[in-house]
Amino acid sequence: MSSREKILSAIRSLTLEAKVLPEIPNFSNSGDLVERFTQAISGNKGEVLSKGEFEEWFSAAGFSKVISLSAQFSELATLSLPEDPHALKTLEVAILEGQFGVAENGAIWLEDTQLGLRALPFATEHLVIVLDRNLLEDTMHQGYEKIAATHSGFGLFLAGPSKTADIEQSLVIGAQGAKSLRVVLV
Amino acid sequence: MTHPESAAEFLKDSQKAKWHDETLWFVRDKRDKVSKGIPEWEQLRELASSIKDNVLANLADYLEEFERNATKNGIIVHWATDSEAHNKLVLEILQKQDCTAVVKSKSILTEECHLNSYLEKHSVEVVDTDLGERIVQFLKQPPSHIVLPAIHLKKGEISELFHEKLHTEKGNEDPTYLTQAARVHLREKFFAAKVAITGVNFGIAETGEFVVCTNEGNADMGVHLAQVHIACMGIEKILPRRKDLGVFLRLLARSATGQPITNYNSHFRNPSPGKEIHIILVDNGRTAQLAREKFRNSLKCIRCGACMNTCPIYRRSGGFSYNSTVPGPIGSILSPGLDLKKHSSLPFASTLCGSCTDVCPVKINIHEQLYEWRQEVTKTQGDFAKGLSMKLANGIFKSPLAYKISGSLMRNALKSLPNSLIYHPLNIWGKNRNLPDAPKESFQQWYRKNRS
Repeated sequence: MSSREKILSAIRSLTLEAKVLPEIPNFSNSGDLVERFTQAISGNKGEVLSKGEFEEWFSAAGFSKVISLSAQFSELATLSLPEDPHALKTLEVAILEGQFGVAENGAIWLEDTQLGLRALPFATEHLVIVLDRNLLEDTMHQGYEKIAATHSGFGLFLAGPSKTADIEQSLVIGAQGAKSLRVVLV
Repeated sequence: MTHPESAAEFLKDSQKAKWHDETLWFVRDKRDKVSKGIPEWEQLRELASSIKDNVLANLADYLEEFERNATKNGIIVHWATDSEAHNKLVLEILQKQDCTAVVKSKSILTEECHLNSYLEKHSVEVVDTDLGERIVQFLKQPPSHIVLPAIHLKKGEISELFHEKLHTEKGNEDPTYLTQAARVHLREKFFAAKVAITGVNFGIAETGEFVVCTNEGNADMGVHLAQVHIACMGIEKILPRRKDLGVFLRLLARSATGQPITNYNSHFRNPSPGKEIHIILVDNGRTAQLAREKFRNSLKCIRCGACMNTCPIYRRSGGFSYNSTVPGPIGSILSPGLDLKKHSSLPFASTLCGSCTDVCPVKINIHEQLYEWRQEVTKTQGDFAKGLSMKLANGIFKSPLAYKISGSLMRNALKSLPNSLIYHPLNIWGKNRNLPDAPKESFQQWYRKNRS
């Protein structure tokens, strides 16, 4: 008997009482969505910027290796998307467009179509996500409702920069992935 | 070593033990604060628990549905009855890729299967990429906590370790500096690895996708740069529907560290063009636990670690004192199912205060199961001394006269018992405990004097 059959038949040999799968109520929280989202991102150690604030930061920093998949900021790109993700090793900035955000925790949904390369938001040193302020959902329940029927090869709820507290519980931003997250609300 | 013996080891460094206790309590406190911000928190716990009830009642069907959908998505599904079968499957995939160095993100399951030592025996270098796990791996230690693997270490120790392994400045204990050094080291490994291994937080039957959550982004750094992704998943990690993730992702990070969500929550459904995703569905004692009606609920666990952070015993005895892959209260009800003899002291490593049950996001009745395991341990091993004292107590409580006499005897005894007897090495209970001051009179005597 294969491992598969062994496991399935071990489970099927048990008499297990039927249990109903509950429906999930449409929970919603109160409060202004933009305000809650902004607070959540800053709690996750990211930053929410206006278009003007972002442009100011970007031009002051003087980056030379930038990939932009955002139509609004396509002129900022200095590099085009490579074939091989290993070419992202020295990338300084990636600018992407988020599908929607979640106010309760700052999570932003991204899929293959927004990412170009799946490694992009992780391998880059700084990550910028452009997000329409009218595309904020209240909680994760509304978020999942929105993507219930979509088929994404890879999708992710991204809520902040790479961080760790594994050394004596001291929070450090910039562990293995992106060292910063800036969300440009437009 | 039994739990009390190992706990005594941990308590030798009393300053560090105090830091450990306070730090975990701080994490527990953060969990309390963030959960209070969600008005429907208790409803979410109830929902999560009921969804898991439904999963466990229909596990075979959901596993088949998951397999069907994952296969349709181009994911290669494997099954493993035990750790040995699991490790062999991983090695076979690595050998097929001619891979001799692999990066791995946090996975309690691969710890449980002792995958690292197995692969190393077969000349494969394994690099744990979660910072805390890399630290303990350098020290050849297992993680001492499932969410905070290096919580038993102070920054001075990590500084020394990194000086030796990563050539950081001697004596530089700055966590930012040390983390940056690890970042540079680990990014080299990510960019060089052909195969990446991850655990799985949730597998979705309806879509055949699976979800991996991290804060460091290390799982994603590994898999998106590698040619092949191997995901190792315990069969109990299934959820029926994609929308169930809304409930579980709201609970997981809040319960674990008091954050509203982990920073990276990745949903894997199809491999990238030209790449491979393998998923290994592992039993390793889970179907046996499913068969134990009293302990079935323990399979609902989503590995958040909240029960450890709140547990007065865990905080004061450290993760290693449990000598089990999953330590703390949840480990003490999971591990006896795997090896009752080896883990027989764990169900007693609890005050049965019930705090673990109160914070559990999927409402596992942990402290009741600890109590149940005690019955099982006593049944199989017997405990003559304890049996005798219980019989004695039974006689005392049955007779009012015997109760009165023994009460007065005890009050005197507490005053006059020599410390050598109380803190005798044979009396484990006396360790790190003081006897209370005995009242001069019984409650009956006091009542007669003051109230009648």
